[in-house]
Amino acid sequence: MSLAGLRQGKPEHAGHGEAGEQPHEVAADIHFAAPFSKENAGMDESVPGGAYNFAYLDEETKRMIRRAILKGIAIPGYQVPFASREMPMPYGWGTGGVQVSAACLTPDDSFKVIDQGADDTTNAVSIRKFFERTAGVETTERTAEATVIQTRHRIPETPLTEGQILVYQVPIPEPLRFLEPRETETRRMHALEDYGLMHVKLYEDIARHGEIATAYAYPVKVEGRYVMDPSPIPKFDNPKMEMAAIQLFGAGREQRIYAIPPYTRVVSLDFEDHPFVAGKAPHDCALCGASDTYLDEIITDDAGSRMYVCSDTDHCATRQEAAA
Amino acid sequence: MIALEGGFADVPVEASRAFRAVLEAMARPGRIEAVTGAQAPGLSVAASVVALTLIDGTTPVFLAEDVDSPALRQWLAFHTGAPVVARGAAMFALGGWAALGPLGAYAQGTPEYPDRSATLIVEVQRLENAGAKLTGPGIEREAWLNLPEVEAFLANRAQFPLGVDFIFCAGDRLAGLPRSTRVEG
Ligand SMILES: [Zn+2]
Repeated sequence: MSLAGLRQGKPEHAGHGEAGEQPHEVAADIHFAAPFSKENAGMDESVPGGAYNFAYLDEETKRMIRRAILKGIAIPGYQVPFASREMPMPYGWGTGGVQVSAACLTPDDSFKVIDQGADDTTNAVSIRKFFERTAGVETTERTAEATVIQTRHRIPETPLTEGQILVYQVPIPEPLRFLEPRETETRRMHALEDYGLMHVKLYEDIARHGEIATAYAYPVKVEGRYVMDPSPIPKFDNPKMEMAAIQLFGAGREQRIYAIPPYTRVVSLDFEDHPFVAGKAPHDCALCGASDTYLDEIITDDAGSRMYVCSDTDHCATRQEAAA
Repeated sequence: MIALEGGFADVPVEASRAFRAVLEAMARPGRIEAVTGAQAPGLSVAASVVALTLIDGTTPVFLAEDVDSPALRQWLAFHTGAPVVARGAAMFALGGWAALGPLGAYAQGTPEYPDRSATLIVEVQRLENAGAKLTGPGIEREAWLNLPEVEAFLANRAQFPLGVDFIFCAGDRLAGLPRSTRVEG
């Protein structure tokens, strides 16, 4: 049975900010050839034998992104504006994450890309190939071996360590956007630490559903100051955000970079009488038996039979190998 | 030394490694990182590397009087193109601790845009994990760094999320101190 094949049918999650902007498993590959011509690829003549600059972006752009990353690290959870560049892929493919990865990667890195936990989706494979070709980095599917991991919508199950960087692809960086569309207003609310609207929204959830219904992109407060959108990861992953690795977030179309340094306090918003619950499907993984992982529901035949398997394909495969 | 010398031999690769060292240092206050590949007239290797990695024509620089020289200006102009300005207009500042002050003269960011603040590249005699106790983001329990003083960092932390950020340089080593760090004497 090909798990990869089955994943093609995985339904899109309906977390906020997802509607209509997340091409997933589209048929086409990213076309590298044209953008890598000398004329438009920010070529650096100093690169020996290179037809484009190291990690694709020109040095001035990488410096600008690097400065934004450092300010993001200095102000955890705050969204730093940056001048997002055109990348040779559409916005829904994670251009923000790709630019952050490009600014971070060195030739010594081992690079991993996951798309909703899987290394083998078209999107993940394309981004991996992109940096193999432009930065000459080694790539890996093993979480433990990777030094830079770019992710769309998951945090790996294997705990990350010092020396690793997790780069999130972010569609909508502003957690208040769906409550207040005006940028000037959301800026003011962050400046004044005025997060009343967010609490009202969560409380309305409770009034309507008896619990906080938000399952993805569940808002967090970082180091007791900024309310932040963790990107559309399942809330199951929220507790993992207090980790030893550096977390960087890139939103390409929205032109924002933000960061969480290692060991930073990340608290999911909740209420005393309705505490945050990470939640988990009441099943074990059908392939590796794990009882503590985030599971995908997979339709296994035309009759609608279904099974639950780890969304993190590397974690699942590693457990199966260990058991074999 | 002429201006042309002292830059990265392989800019994209050396800058990428240098940035990772600065990122690790800033993300883990107290962590001392080693860097290599640049030498500006009158600056440490570390300060030279940080300058080449982060500074360019879009980032005005203040040069404190203890490092300012025609040779350094020439080197900066050739390798970075950064305009040299007064403290208040600078995105980066270079110099020794005493000559860089007062901290209040630099851009501290605004409530809506706290990132619009200066980063100070501070030359110090040595870096070691002793002296001031550091806690906060990036630090699992506590870290130690020999800071030039304590009072200024307390005042800087008190205005969080506004404030300036620091990269301390000694020889080929550097350490970061973001505004988020809590410093105790
Ligand atoms: Zn499994």
